[in-house]
Amino acid sequence: MVKLPIYMDNHATTPVDPRVLDAMLPYFSQKFGNAASRNHSFGWEAEEAVDKARNQIASVINAKSKEIIFTSGATESDNLAIKGVVEFYKDKGNHIITCVTEHKAVLDSCRTLERNGKATVTYLPVDKYGMVDPDAVRAAITDKTVLITLMYANNEIGTIHPVPAIGRIAKEKGVVFHCDAVQAVGKIPVDVDRDGIDLLSMSAHKIYGPKGVGAIYVRSKGPRVRITPQMDGGGHERGMRSGTLNVTGIVGLGKACEIAQAEMAEETRRTLDLRNKLQAGIFERLDEVYLNGHPTERLPGNLNVSFAYVEGESLLMGISDIAVSSGSACTSATLEPSYVIRALGIDEELAHSSIRFGLGRFNTEDEVGFVTDRVTKEVQRLREMSPLYEMAREGVDLKSVQWKTE
Amino acid sequence: MAYSEKVIEHYTNPRNVGSFAKGEDNVGTGVVGAPECGDVMKLQLKINPENGVIEDAKFKTFGCGSAIASSSYVTELVKGKHIEEAMTIKNTVIVKELNLPPVKIHCSVLAEDAIKAAITDWKSHQTPASAQEPRKAQES
Repeated sequence: MVKLPIYMDNHATTPVDPRVLDAMLPYFSQKFGNAASRNHSFGWEAEEAVDKARNQIASVINAKSKEIIFTSGATESDNLAIKGVVEFYKDKGNHIITCVTEHKAVLDSCRTLERNGKATVTYLPVDKYGMVDPDAVRAAITDKTVLITLMYANNEIGTIHPVPAIGRIAKEKGVVFHCDAVQAVGKIPVDVDRDGIDLLSMSAHKIYGPKGVGAIYVRSKGPRVRITPQMDGGGHERGMRSGTLNVTGIVGLGKACEIAQAEMAEETRRTLDLRNKLQAGIFERLDEVYLNGHPTERLPGNLNVSFAYVEGESLLMGISDIAVSSGSACTSATLEPSYVIRALGIDEELAHSSIRFGLGRFNTEDEVGFVTDRVTKEVQRLREMSPLYEMAREGVDLKSVQWKTE
Repeated sequence: MAYSEKVIEHYTNPRNVGSFAKGEDNVGTGVVGAPECGDVMKLQLKINPENGVIEDAKFKTFGCGSAIASSSYVTELVKGKHIEEAMTIKNTVIVKELNLPPVKIHCSVLAEDAIKAAITDWKSHQTPASAQEPRKAQES
């Protein structure tokens, strides 16, 4: 028997790996020093721990340790990258290129700059799989472009963008390339040199580390990238991000990176196997189920599907002992279905019907079997209750119906 | 978002799910909402043409748990009521019964609309000589 509830929402957050927690614990009350205290052993001990973590983090993305700047998380890293670049390079230009399926931390940073008259922004569309076209990136570059900001892999549909191709274009055109790699780091191989990334955002809690800590990679050479700090204070992190370092969190992020790097090949194989079993089980047992996102260029743990004729939130309610998420309007505060799913150009109705399964390190095959059964049964029950399913089975073309709305 | 106990109860054990047989007499059907909005309710009422009383009700709903619960509750609410009385049912009754939060009020509005749409549909199929008009006068 599986233990309920089952957590299958690992794109939202992940539990702290017990090995990460063990690494962190001494830094709460025994080795509690301030890493900036240069005159006693408490400070040195903390600084040593931070240095070690910096190396572990740099290693997983093939960077140099001094290129890692600690932040409170990826939202701060995204804000710092985007606002920091635009401010620093304001004499060079003011144009940003991004895409419509980016995380809100990126989109809203761009919108704020637009609203304040500090930047103009091009929001590139994506194809039906949620992938951005590198040629579209190239075509959007103007002599005013100072920043390309595109994610590595999408948090909702798992689609992995052609990052190395975009990186090459950025290099060739001399434009800074920021990559929000929150979902990719530690899950798939990320290499800032191979991928041509100048700035990279990452977060600890997506890779079995603690919440409230993240980092930004800032390229130091070829070219040296500069950002204007967005936080004033003691000049920590080479002046780019003031504030006493969250030593325990940083130790956790470092350990999480070390484990992710050491176990990536094995974990990818295992997660992919679970994902494929879940996908096959659902698709074999239900008709009119649609995959959202790219069929192959996708994060190993991601499965995003639309169950036609069933509204996503009602499905979540029916499988309340399973933690997954939905692109349905009803699960958001805005009453709009997911902007990521809608950007794929699929029917609005299918956007309301989308469910994201996020498989991770601690999911088991038994859990996948249980989830497949529960989801299948609940979809069948809700379809029996769905007027749309009834109409479709009677041969009514739902698109030709004049719906009564106010 | 936490659901009220009553919403969960109706969602888990929805009342009167289904459709009347095609061509069944004295059935009015109301379909409200739209798939792209994430809510479609189909409410069917079987109405006695002799006295205008709703004798049976069935629903099918595509929508969130609150939409399903609202339509389920409405089928119970209207049974045994005269159509003119059913026409006066306000969405606030549904909100109160199911403890719907503000973000779910549109579900109750949709359910109210579904009642009106079903009754209007039924009326449109009645011949002017239908018995319901004089009966209604008697009752009121």
